[in-house]
Amino acid sequence: MLRRLHHEQPKDFAFTAANLAWAEAQITKYPEGRQASAIIPLLWRAQEQEGWLTRPAIEHVSDMLGLAYIRGLEVASFYFMFQLQPVGKIAHIQVCGTTSCMICGAEDLIAVCKDKIAAKPHQLSEDGNFSWEEVECLGSCSNAPMAQIGKDYYEDLTTERFAQIIDELESGKVPVPGPQNGRYASEPLSGITSLKEYDSGKTQYNASVQLATDIGDTVKRIDGTEVPLLAPWQGKAANTSNKPASKTTIVKPEAASKAKPVKTAPKPVASAETDTSGAGNKPKTLKAARASGADDLKLIKGIGPKLEALVNRLGFYHFDQIGNWTDDEVAWVDQNLEGFKGRVTRDTWVAQAKALAAGEETEFSQRAKKDGIYKKD
Amino acid sequence: MLKDQDRIFTNIYGMHDRTLAGAKARGHWDGTASMIKKGRDWIVDEMKKSGLRGRGGAGFPTGLKWSFMPKESDGRPSYLVVNADESEPGTCKDREIMRHDPHTLIEGCLIASFAMNANTCYIYIRGEYIREKEALQAAIDEAYEAGLLGKNAAKSGWDFDLYLHHGAGAYICGEETSLLESLEGKKGMPRMKPPFPAGAGLYGCPTTVNNVESIAVVPTILRRGAEWFSGFGRPNNAGTKLFAISGHVNTPCVVEEEMSISFEDLIETHCGGIRGGWDNLKAVIPGGSSVPMIPGAQMRDAIMDFDYLREQRSGLGTAAVIVMDNSTDVIKAIWRLSKFYKHESCGQCTPCREGTGWMMRVMDRLMTGEADPEEIDMLLDVTKQVEGHTICALGDAAAWPIQGLIRHFRDEIEDRIKHKRTGRVSAVAAE
Repeated sequence: MLRRLHHEQPKDFAFTAANLAWAEAQITKYPEGRQASAIIPLLWRAQEQEGWLTRPAIEHVSDMLGLAYIRGLEVASFYFMFQLQPVGKIAHIQVCGTTSCMICGAEDLIAVCKDKIAAKPHQLSEDGNFSWEEVECLGSCSNAPMAQIGKDYYEDLTTERFAQIIDELESGKVPVPGPQNGRYASEPLSGITSLKEYDSGKTQYNASVQLATDIGDTVKRIDGTEVPLLAPWQGKAANTSNKPASKTTIVKPEAASKAKPVKTAPKPVASAETDTSGAGNKPKTLKAARASGADDLKLIKGIGPKLEALVNRLGFYHFDQIGNWTDDEVAWVDQNLEGFKGRVTRDTWVAQAKALAAGEETEFSQRAKKDGIYKKD
Repeated sequence: MLKDQDRIFTNIYGMHDRTLAGAKARGHWDGTASMIKKGRDWIVDEMKKSGLRGRGGAGFPTGLKWSFMPKESDGRPSYLVVNADESEPGTCKDREIMRHDPHTLIEGCLIASFAMNANTCYIYIRGEYIREKEALQAAIDEAYEAGLLGKNAAKSGWDFDLYLHHGAGAYICGEETSLLESLEGKKGMPRMKPPFPAGAGLYGCPTTVNNVESIAVVPTILRRGAEWFSGFGRPNNAGTKLFAISGHVNTPCVVEEEMSISFEDLIETHCGGIRGGWDNLKAVIPGGSSVPMIPGAQMRDAIMDFDYLREQRSGLGTAAVIVMDNSTDVIKAIWRLSKFYKHESCGQCTPCREGTGWMMRVMDRLMTGEADPEEIDMLLDVTKQVEGHTICALGDAAAWPIQGLIRHFRDEIEDRIKHKRTGRVSAVAAE
């Protein structure tokens, strides 16, 4: 299906500090060199923060993961949860319209949307507060008909209740999600027919509703402070060779392993200007490459053409320069790689550069030379 | 009817303690290390003996699938990937496992990964399941905290990491190779097979993709023995199964039952009967949107298992039962599925990309009665052209519901066309 970017786009995008820390933690779930895997979660976070997915956000995330913009765009336009146009300020309502819901009255719910919000899907209501669309099966078929509003499922709906929910949202309230007909979860409405042998005294809400009411972010734009960042795999990972070691991550593993929120979140990208960032010491730089000519920094795994240009701009042209960075200097460079923060550590540039400066080959440089990965044809 | 003591998912409605402590009190995470210490071969053998067939729809024997994984690593790591991209219309069972009984899945991931020599497992959950994702991640965090995951997981001597990954609303990512593409950060387009994932899957490494329910039942099967599990259901259709019943029954629900339970039992015991009584039953889709529908009269004697429903030229699929009573416009119901498949076709193969849209447009004409009677056969012919000529099974899945409709409700389609043309209803339909 053809999906295009919106004709009006904001100028820029930056993750909030907490969202950035979250995003960087997600990247560490995947093996080294496979950070592209994180693209869906990161794009999704960008959308949660802004309400919809803007072009600058797609490009920003692509930069973070070292991907060409078109790869990011491809993913954004392929997956239907990415809203490529602005959505209602209060909420975007997604009514499930597939067969199970349809035969239980989804069409009537859609009529309510048309009546109360806008005639067409993805169109903003007059006051800009709401938008709606019909989506394919949301996987809550035993609780049909249903709609997803923000992060939550409102199930077992009637047209009256659905209209009421929209009104309540309009007035600033967030109705309790979950089944709207008195059911607890997906058990039979008339009472459970199995698992009756013991009763532990159920909690007030099922797991989804409990989370929704505890966090209270059903229709909120996420800035990352709603829940503490937990990344237990960083501190306690089995640390097998096929995956990133905890020490190569940017988020301090000590903080994460204690299951505490990360306190020292890095600054958002947009506000971090070169030279002003506090972390680390600036290494010695060169105004231009030495007379012998610049080294091909792309032989370092993790550096592509774009990143090479950036590194050159910062004043680094040679393997020995990079190989000699101290820990403090690495921290400075990590902070100042606009859009690529933390890549020096994550991709172990220093060790690679040392070897290359000494005239040795790394596994990657051999491969890069052999396959001509970056050769322009 | 299945006894409570024989149910694997003892907290499927989430009414009891959903934390790790609660799961342990219900018998999960009991003796995990000792099961792992019995070794890889023992686990795979037990799984084969249990007769468990994959719960994701295709019904491939799980133990056999595991045995395809390389016994010795050639330097590449192995991966287990759990398919939690539950998007087949009608299916809503894995959601209940993940939000209410997540530790069955987490323990299963550890054991299954060990059996396949995998130190890393990814769970790919559909993006819309935001709360389910949070609930499952919370359970994973708990398990790490308790030492059940990570280094020397559950004191088994096996190092194991479990990561939760999510998608963003593409049905096609439930297809295993498409899921792997998506997990690698690409568009979810299926890969050609061979190579099969067991040879080259995630990141080019040996990978097995299993459904949530298939993995979540593993610990209990091993704890209680293969014989216990294979004691339920008819031969070749062993075990217990989560059924998700939606549509025109009095009380739709998700419930764990014995395989090979009769349809009538299932509906009467758990769903309060058919809305308006059994005479009001028009048709049933017994296994999620991809399987052909069966008329109500024929369904009344049906047995809910793989083999029986296959004999009826339908299938158990994911055991997502969609019930339709006489008030339903079945042509429209299937048209809606055609619309679904058109929406979800990834566009890679021409027969599916063009065919799903074409089939939907003809279904649209059949629904309104504007079509020519010949178009019914033309449509049937096109479904056969699409079926079997695409990389993945989405083409087949789009074709089958239409074939089922024409097979069983041809009269109704013809009547509608006739009615539209003459303004009269034929005697058959009027009675």
